[in-house]
Amino acid sequence: MFNQETLDKYSPLDNKVYQLMDDDGIPLSKSWKPSISKEQIMQAYKDLLFERTADFMAISYQRQGRMFTYPPNLGQEAIHIAAGMVMQENDWLVPAFRELGAWLAKGVSLREIFLYFKGNEDGSRFEKANRVLPVAVPIASQLVHAVGLGYAMNYQQEKAAVFAFVGDGGTSEGDFHEALNFAAVWNAPVVFIIQNNQFAISVPLKMQTKSINLAIKGIAYAVPSIVVDGNDLFAMQEVLAFARKHAIEGKGPMLIEARTFRMGAHTTSDDPTKYRTKDEEEEWALKDPLKRIKGYITAKKLMDFSGEEAMVKEFKKKIDLEFEAAEKHPEYPLDDVFAYMYQDMPSELKRQKNAYENYLQNKGGDQ
Amino acid sequence: MKVMNMVQAINNAMDTMLAEDKSIVVYGEDVGVEGGVFRVTEGLQGKHGAERVFDSPLAESAIAGTALGMAIAGLKPIIEMQFDGFSYPAFNQILSHIARFRNRTRGKFTVPAVIRIPYGGGINALEHHSESPEAYFGHTPGLKVVIPSTPYDAKGLLIAAIEDPDPVIFMEPKRIYRAIKQEVPEEKYSIPIGKARVVNSGEQLTIIAYGAMIREAQKAIVMAKQKGWSVELIDLRSIWPIDRDTIRESVRKTGRVLIVTEASQSYGPAAELISIVNEEAFLSLEAPPTRLTGFDTVIPLPLGEKYYIISPERIFYEIEKLIRY
Repeated sequence: MFNQETLDKYSPLDNKVYQLMDDDGIPLSKSWKPSISKEQIMQAYKDLLFERTADFMAISYQRQGRMFTYPPNLGQEAIHIAAGMVMQENDWLVPAFRELGAWLAKGVSLREIFLYFKGNEDGSRFEKANRVLPVAVPIASQLVHAVGLGYAMNYQQEKAAVFAFVGDGGTSEGDFHEALNFAAVWNAPVVFIIQNNQFAISVPLKMQTKSINLAIKGIAYAVPSIVVDGNDLFAMQEVLAFARKHAIEGKGPMLIEARTFRMGAHTTSDDPTKYRTKDEEEEWALKDPLKRIKGYITAKKLMDFSGEEAMVKEFKKKIDLEFEAAEKHPEYPLDDVFAYMYQDMPSELKRQKNAYENYLQNKGGDQ
Repeated sequence: MKVMNMVQAINNAMDTMLAEDKSIVVYGEDVGVEGGVFRVTEGLQGKHGAERVFDSPLAESAIAGTALGMAIAGLKPIIEMQFDGFSYPAFNQILSHIARFRNRTRGKFTVPAVIRIPYGGGINALEHHSESPEAYFGHTPGLKVVIPSTPYDAKGLLIAAIEDPDPVIFMEPKRIYRAIKQEVPEEKYSIPIGKARVVNSGEQLTIIAYGAMIREAQKAIVMAKQKGWSVELIDLRSIWPIDRDTIRESVRKTGRVLIVTEASQSYGPAAELISIVNEEAFLSLEAPPTRLTGFDTVIPLPLGEKYYIISPERIFYEIEKLIRY
């Protein structure tokens, strides 16, 4: 199991990837045992399958013109599911925008996620989720928020960690470096997770950085850093669980480069055939996270997958219900454009809203 | 009551609020041990502890962005951008997140933070130390932009800003930090944000200004008085929200208006104010609403600043033109 000794012996400069299973889900070491129970493993498999199904459904809703631009998660789900297993109720989740399984684990509803990508801020209310920040579109800007949350956790003497996500492209942004530096100086309990999916939209990693990996960027800031196989659910779970413990024990931040591949498009508006090859995609398909966890379960004879089709069918029904609920969400009222800018609506906003209402009234139409 | 300059009044406001509310933290570059390059936070770390008043690493984007994180978690951060020209690296955090987090999350997460920015010219400073960027913030939905012109107002407005549930950009006209002394109550008081102050009542012309320009306008008004002209002076106190009622009432009475800002002209606060005058008092106007602003140039280094910074004589010159129009 990943522990302090593993971390002490590890250096990102050696450019090694922390990995526990091979591409078929067979443990690399005979002596290794999972630190999670059989039930947790099965649940993780189901959650991963659910995320993947919901993601496929989201893309199809978008294709049907029922939803706007959406960023697919295919291939990166093990990172999200592992984070979901590790995060506790009082931990903070600071997402970028491609962490579907992690949002769901924190209690964000699919209805809300669909509603957000259908174009309504009501989808960021996260009514039943505790301590989840909304999607952050300006790249890496969310990482400094995570550090501020971390400072507050220390100040309020709360034993809670902050899980902050960024992509590989985000490591070129100033906010990434400012966040690591501030987190280290303030000893903030932040777990930084880079989802290195090899491309920032169309730009490959080799054009993003000359560094041999992304974890080495943590060394300069004295942030313990590690490269992990992001498609290996066990490796991700172990490292994240360790990083959480490290954070809440007052040992400060960690930086985790989760190495993965975005099997789908950047968003539904993107066409990956323009910038990557079939070979690359096929090579990474062999490392698929769902295939690997199923390989492990099969090898250990934990269950058979004869019920999978029926389970997916059930998932689809549930997902459709969530989407229908998002579609039934009340019409976006004019009030909502103005109501949330300030706690008390300033007279200038009232004036502008009234002017628009007068226009509607005089025109006798809706817009 | 104690006689204070603006630096002391702002320090006293933070001291008062730090003592009252444990969720308040004050940080930025050099604000801890040194007490800030202008000594505005002097003594606060010694009194309230280094966990509450502290030096952060030198990165304005992170200073602003971490304030958002702290605010969401229940703290009330007061951060300092050391100089106007150093606020730009924080602009993305202020515009893309701080100003809109309430709206994005439909009120679930709010950012009751105060961003203090010493601003403006006239202190013989280095490059990037003399700017008037208030229009950028006034143009940004979700912010309030407060600018005091006296020690008394500075304390009352800063306390209101700290207690405000929304983010407030608090711009401190550094040129008058120590220029004006005034009796300031030592106890807590606040001045509502969005209510202008009529500094001087008059009948023939209205000057609208804020910050360091109030003192210059007052000097010009003394010169006008010697000519027998009666000029009203409005100190906006905040450039967003803008107090339309006070502007309307004044310009409907005087029929003439001069806006004075140190900020450069195009798309600046004066343009906004003239639009408001046109909307509210068009039929009362007896002369074109006029603006006297900084040039659309970079503010010159100290030896050239005399051309850029608006003097009482230039204000008087515009008053005379408008009165004789």
